[in-house]
Amino acid sequence: MTWETVIGLEVHVELATKSKIFCGCSTEFGGAPNTHCCPVCAGMPGTLPVLNKKVLEYALVAGIALGCKINRYNKFDRKNYFYPDLPKAYQISQLYLPFARDGRVEYVTRSGQKKVARIREIHMEEDAGKLIHSPYGDVSYPDFNRCGVPLIEIVSEPDFRDSEEVLGYLMWLKSTFEYLGISDVRMEEGSMRADINLSVRPGGSDRFGVRTEMKNINSFKAIERAIIDESKRQIELLEAGGRVIQETRKWDDNKGRSFSMRTKENAQDYRYFPEPNIPPILISEELLRTLAERQPELAHEKRERYIREYGLSDYDAGLLTEKKALAELFERTADLCSDPKETANWMLGDMMYLMNRDSVTAEELNIDPAQFADFVIAVRNGIINRTVAKSVFEKIFASHDFNVAKYIEENNLRQIDDAGRIRRIASEVIAENPKTVAQYKSGKTKVFAFFIGQTMRRLQGKANPSLVNEIVTELLNHAD
Amino acid sequence: MRTAKEIVEYVAELSRIKLDEDETEKMIKELGEVIEYMDILQGLDTEGVEPMSHVFPITNVMREDEVTPSFEREDILRNAPERTDETLVVPKTIE
Amino acid sequence: MEDILNMTALELGSAIKRGEISSPEAVARVFDAIETKDKAINAYITLNRDQALERAAVVQQKIERDELTSPLAGVPVAIKDNICTKGIKTTCASKILGDFTPPYSATVTQKLETAGMVICGKLNMDEFAMGSTNETSYYGPVKNPFDTSRVSGGSSGGAAAAVAAREAVCALGSDTGGSIRQPASYCGVTGLKPTYGAVSRYGLIAYASSLDQIGPVARDVADCAAILGIICGHDPADSTSLDISHPDYTAVLDGGVRGMKIGLPRECFEAGLDSDVADRVRAAADTLRGAGAVVEEVSLPLLDYVVPTYCIIASAEASSNLSCFDGIKYGMRSRNYDGLTDLYNATRSEGFGDEVKKRILLGTFVLSSGYYDAYYRRALQVKALIKNHFDAIFEKYDLIVCPTSPTTAPRLGESLSDPLKMYLSDIFTASANIAGLPGLSVPCGFDRVGLPVGMQIIGQRLGEVKVLSAGYAYQQLTSYHKTAPGGDLR
Ligand SMILES: [Mg+2]
Ligand SMILES: [Zn+2]
Repeated sequence: MTWETVIGLEVHVELATKSKIFCGCSTEFGGAPNTHCCPVCAGMPGTLPVLNKKVLEYALVAGIALGCKINRYNKFDRKNYFYPDLPKAYQISQLYLPFARDGRVEYVTRSGQKKVARIREIHMEEDAGKLIHSPYGDVSYPDFNRCGVPLIEIVSEPDFRDSEEVLGYLMWLKSTFEYLGISDVRMEEGSMRADINLSVRPGGSDRFGVRTEMKNINSFKAIERAIIDESKRQIELLEAGGRVIQETRKWDDNKGRSFSMRTKENAQDYRYFPEPNIPPILISEELLRTLAERQPELAHEKRERYIREYGLSDYDAGLLTEKKALAELFERTADLCSDPKETANWMLGDMMYLMNRDSVTAEELNIDPAQFADFVIAVRNGIINRTVAKSVFEKIFASHDFNVAKYIEENNLRQIDDAGRIRRIASEVIAENPKTVAQYKSGKTKVFAFFIGQTMRRLQGKANPSLVNEIVTELLNHAD
Repeated sequence: MRTAKEIVEYVAELSRIKLDEDETEKMIKELGEVIEYMDILQGLDTEGVEPMSHVFPITNVMREDEVTPSFEREDILRNAPERTDETLVVPKTIE
Repeated sequence: MEDILNMTALELGSAIKRGEISSPEAVARVFDAIETKDKAINAYITLNRDQALERAAVVQQKIERDELTSPLAGVPVAIKDNICTKGIKTTCASKILGDFTPPYSATVTQKLETAGMVICGKLNMDEFAMGSTNETSYYGPVKNPFDTSRVSGGSSGGAAAAVAAREAVCALGSDTGGSIRQPASYCGVTGLKPTYGAVSRYGLIAYASSLDQIGPVARDVADCAAILGIICGHDPADSTSLDISHPDYTAVLDGGVRGMKIGLPRECFEAGLDSDVADRVRAAADTLRGAGAVVEEVSLPLLDYVVPTYCIIASAEASSNLSCFDGIKYGMRSRNYDGLTDLYNATRSEGFGDEVKKRILLGTFVLSSGYYDAYYRRALQVKALIKNHFDAIFEKYDLIVCPTSPTTAPRLGESLSDPLKMYLSDIFTASANIAGLPGLSVPCGFDRVGLPVGMQIIGQRLGEVKVLSAGYAYQQLTSYHKTAPGGDLR
């Protein structure tokens, strides 16, 4: 029997506001424990929340980008539960009237397939704190710095069938939020994390199986592994005649498997009710229009435009648009040198290689588009040849203050197009290597490269390569 | 339909309030009376009435996204029953 | 000079301004009175003597330099113990809050201090404001100064009793279903619950956030108006506080009631109402009529639904608001527990009193899955109906007048044996909370055994001026509010 995996996601994304959602404490990551706290976010009795305007704005921007219907009238509710990372013992969230519903995301998987995920709803809520667990005793230490950091929770329909789809969707979200500038989307800092609801069913069935939930997984790698593992676990269980139990499981990425949170879980009944301390939100048509107009071109839109306007392949366009910083560098450079194709080639080839080699992220890139454009023009106009170009590009990559023209002049790197000079050098190489010439004559044409290499080397690699090729061929064929 | 005892035990668990047997019996009786009294609302026609959580129709009360100084950590932790210099202390939440 | 403890806050304020007495002297006098009287009354939980005297000295200097212009500058004030006071223990009369000392002050606390009022102490109350007799306090019941075998009423029992017994000049209470007005009525003092949103709730330890409102408890209406003038106003820290400009409540008090249309709800005078209370309130209505008001009978057909609606909304919000008392961040932690869930269970079971536990369980029930729609959601619908009904009345009438409570103060222990009876003592007051209306209780006579009776004046939302004017007009014509408890307390 074949099995089908059915996955729905709840993705939490931290919004990049300066202050928390309901108080003025800083949202900055990584402060000493409990130093970004005030009576409001530390849950002291008598305190009251006041909504951060920017949170609503960022949330709406996300809702629009995900194609949602915006609930012009929306409200906050309380979700009640006891846990030491939740100082008020309730989370202010949205249940009855979330700000966005019924969205739709078109994304592309790693293998290039176009897919659609439906968004059930997006709501605003506050983050909880962090628990630091003592490696020794039986205690944990709550740190409330993250309490009250603004989040949106994006709830998808169960539209994913494997980890590749999930990752494609998550990449889409990540790049979209980055483009919108509404989140840092740093998974390692927990600013984007996913709860995975997963069930399996016999292929062809249209009924859902019993699902499990794995919470707060915050790396793409771990998400992929967790999906594969959980889907395998459920299938094996069912094939052995067992039953899947609806439960929350904890994914342990080090052990590479999930565990039932079998500690006698208290009844889950969150007793949501309207938050009495926050009046409802009413969103004007005008605000929505302004935000929609301000919406920048998103990754997938750029990708399509690059294919259409620059004739880039789907794959290349995807690589260039995945990160906002890359797309910006590409567009500014291509604009200055009017050569998108050549710009793309250098970025996809040498630049990606160097980024990889030196572990440089897109955000850390330090290339000056003006110099990069000068460089592309120099290569295109044959002012430097490709061999020299590779080393020049490394300099551009390494420093923002690098000046291409000056460097070429000072180091005398201009391409040698002087046919007479090339002919003279090539003749010397041929004359000094009679044995190799004989090999060539006897049909060992592989040694041709030797003559090219030697000639190039004696010209410090700066010679026009096609001219060298032409002259060496001619001389060899005419050698006696 | 759950019995009164099951309901009281369920809400006590949700509320994190431990009741001994006598207290449970007392709560069954007293809560039962109050709930029965509240049931008078079931007889009122509320068809089509929008539930009202705020009596004033105010909306959009918001503040600017500005950072204000946090409190001294000591002020946040001072009232804790058990603490270190930096945090509260709670029984371990995972095994 | 008259004993300052018989003065109203405004009288004392102007005596201080005239230099007849200093603020430190007034404060010291209050502490003397507390020393002699509070053993019998138990109105205070925490006294703030040293800080208060220090503060009074500073205030006195400012007054002498004309830096404080409030008519109540230098006047001692006491505060219900659910209102946060930075550096002063705030207990909500609960064991679970233990020695909680807030690192911040409620907005009203700051406003009182800015005006130059001096905080003398924190007042006893029903635990977490849950109760109508002040018998649920962990610190023991507050006794009624008119008869110490009787309750003070609640939950602001400490506020009402302290003002009545002349061991406070004036006080702040809080009112969720009648908690200012009902004890004011039982103790023969004047108490105002302002319009929801007129006074900031920031720093008020919440019982039911959508119903709670802080207000003054004082000797008379003029004092209430003056205190309201200090504590009202928009607070950016409370999203439900109204961003409006308030009139100078003291200045507009003497508008009188001539031509005002006052509704007297028929249902309030039906079964269950003590006949003495009925007589006194009718007589008070006649006094208002004599002063030129048009008094007519009106109907409150939803009266029977008020207390159930209040019970559901208040307990639901309370169950959530009181979840933060979990033995982790502040207050007490049980010594006997095994693991996290047990820590919660043990702490909350030991830390909360029976009435609080009961309301938490009730609130949890009405919000729990399967019951939410039938109880909580329905209560919010009935809330809308009640509000609409009052709106309709206020289209025709300026004010509603009715008894504050169906009875005078019961004996200690009497109502605890019948919880429903205790809840019903809020029947005339809770609708003002549900509909967000201002409500004032003024003394309007005594029953056959000499216990005070209160008349309640309810106005439309933000109709404080009319409410206070009517109360003031009534007090110009009567002297019940000046009658101090008799016997050895005087
Ligand atoms: Mg959530
Ligand atoms: Zn804060």
